[in-house]
Amino acid sequence: MKTLVIYLMADPETPALARAAVEGGADIIEIGFPFSDPLADGPVIRRAGERALERGMRTGPCLEVLAQTRELVPGTPLIPMTYSSLLEAYGWERFPAAVKSAGGTSMIVSDLPAGERPEVRRVQLVAPTSTDERIAYAGEQTDGWLYLVALTGTTGAREDLSPALAGLVERARRLVSAPLYAGFGISTPEHARAAAELADGIAVGTRAVQVAEDGPAALQAYVSTLRGALDAV
Amino acid sequence: MTSSEFGTYGGRYVPETLIPALDELEQGWREALADEAFHAELHDLATTYAGRPTPLTLAERFAPGKRIYLKREDLLHTGAHKLNNALGQAVLARRLGKRRIVAETGAGQHGVATATVCARFGLDCVVYMGEEDMRRQKPNVERMGLLGAEVRGVDFGTKTLKEATSEAIRDWITNVETTHYLIGSCVGPAPYPELVAELQSVIGREAREQLFTVAGRLPEAVVACVGGGSNAIGIFHGFLEDEGVRLVGVEAAGAASLGSGRAGVLHGARSSILADEDGQVADAHSISAGLDYPGVGPEHAYLRDIGRVEYVAATDAEALAAFADLARTEGIIPALEPAHALARARELDAELVLVGLSGRGDKDLAEVLAQR
Repeated sequence: MKTLVIYLMADPETPALARAAVEGGADIIEIGFPFSDPLADGPVIRRAGERALERGMRTGPCLEVLAQTRELVPGTPLIPMTYSSLLEAYGWERFPAAVKSAGGTSMIVSDLPAGERPEVRRVQLVAPTSTDERIAYAGEQTDGWLYLVALTGTTGAREDLSPALAGLVERARRLVSAPLYAGFGISTPEHARAAAELADGIAVGTRAVQVAEDGPAALQAYVSTLRGALDAV
Repeated sequence: MTSSEFGTYGGRYVPETLIPALDELEQGWREALADEAFHAELHDLATTYAGRPTPLTLAERFAPGKRIYLKREDLLHTGAHKLNNALGQAVLARRLGKRRIVAETGAGQHGVATATVCARFGLDCVVYMGEEDMRRQKPNVERMGLLGAEVRGVDFGTKTLKEATSEAIRDWITNVETTHYLIGSCVGPAPYPELVAELQSVIGREAREQLFTVAGRLPEAVVACVGGGSNAIGIFHGFLEDEGVRLVGVEAAGAASLGSGRAGVLHGARSSILADEDGQVADAHSISAGLDYPGVGPEHAYLRDIGRVEYVAATDAEALAAFADLARTEGIIPALEPAHALARARELDAELVLVGLSGRGDKDLAEVLAQR
């Protein structure tokens, strides 16, 4: 059974969208807490973040959305994904505590590589450029599973699955015992299937954010096509 | 893992993808620093290409009753101190085997310096620039094109240096295996703040020696403008150990990351930034595109906290007045950025003052004339 991770930008609609994604077969929901200068994100998620900020989605309201989502999908791991500046402002200790008490399972901080702020427990990321030493270190430090950034670049849909993923999975298998979920550039059922043949799960962000604009029903339908592709592996 | 921290500031707050490249850069930098051939190459380029040493000019008519000496980085090739850093990093990039250079620019001076060194060494060059800055600094856009660089406009957010920097970093994340990111100021993830400061410290070293020659002693104060802070850090580094010398950084009043900012994380480093209480980065506002940035180098935040450097502000109007006065009294048209430093320097309670004249004002003529 492969794991399906779906990313949604924090918005007032997020709880309903998260429930739809879970009904479509998502196992884990990432909730983006938007930041004004998201270095790891391509144009789609950057713009979704800008819109969320315009709607007032600062840290407090994002935590409320997290708590509301927790109520709607009580059994699904929820993982805020954000940037260091929000933690710096809210407090490096206070932020993880607030995430936990709002029902968050862990978190991802896109611009906090393994080794910076080790006291902040989080899902670590590794990339095709990571050395074996760093993959092993991130694997030791990670909280639950390891996020494999499948390509050298920012978030966003791509034509083909990154050819770098196979080598990254092969190295990470050797060095890390935690489950390996691949993300970045995975948007179609074909990508999902090909990535899941290598990794233990996949994460889909950009296309999910786009489809979510058409509402919960559209998102559920899209997620179920990914679920079907994973279940065929 | 982070080797260059300034108190609690600095660090490497970047996506994992960049960490190996930063490690490689750091190692290449340490090796270069220990290599006499690197220093000899930089010295040769500085003297035969860039125009170092730059002179010191006594601005007698600008500030009667005082001795204000201007360190004339405006006379450096390409018209600003930015070339010191661009040349050094280009030599470093070649040592690292990188053939493609990406950079950000605000006022365009760093973009021009980068395009210049890329032309000089035959490197591919892409410069990101906010569309608002492209409008304000059109001559520099044209210059970069003539030098063979590709200028990519950034049309979202503030459309200024903040977004241009983010886009340059995103390009670097995507092309990290072939590309060196030639950052323009003492900002960004380690080791950049330290590396840029070292390459710019030639300004302070030269000025200190020159002052001893012409005045026979240390200045009472050293004044420089601060946007990201590279010309200021370069001139301050010459005097940090001279405890009796006041060091004064002058920010734009609408972009005072040190004067009215808070601790935050922007573009890979923890520093003092303009941000709201949630850590969302705020817009900066300055007539000077080079100071129009909501962040500042982490070393400046550290120097502020330990009390070694005072940071003050000058308004757009004060900078414009100093700009006009220096042109009329000394026959020197400064860039709007150091005009902020001039504005504060002339009212300082000190007799012998060194001012970093970081660049020349040709690029600003349209903006200044439009204000009249």
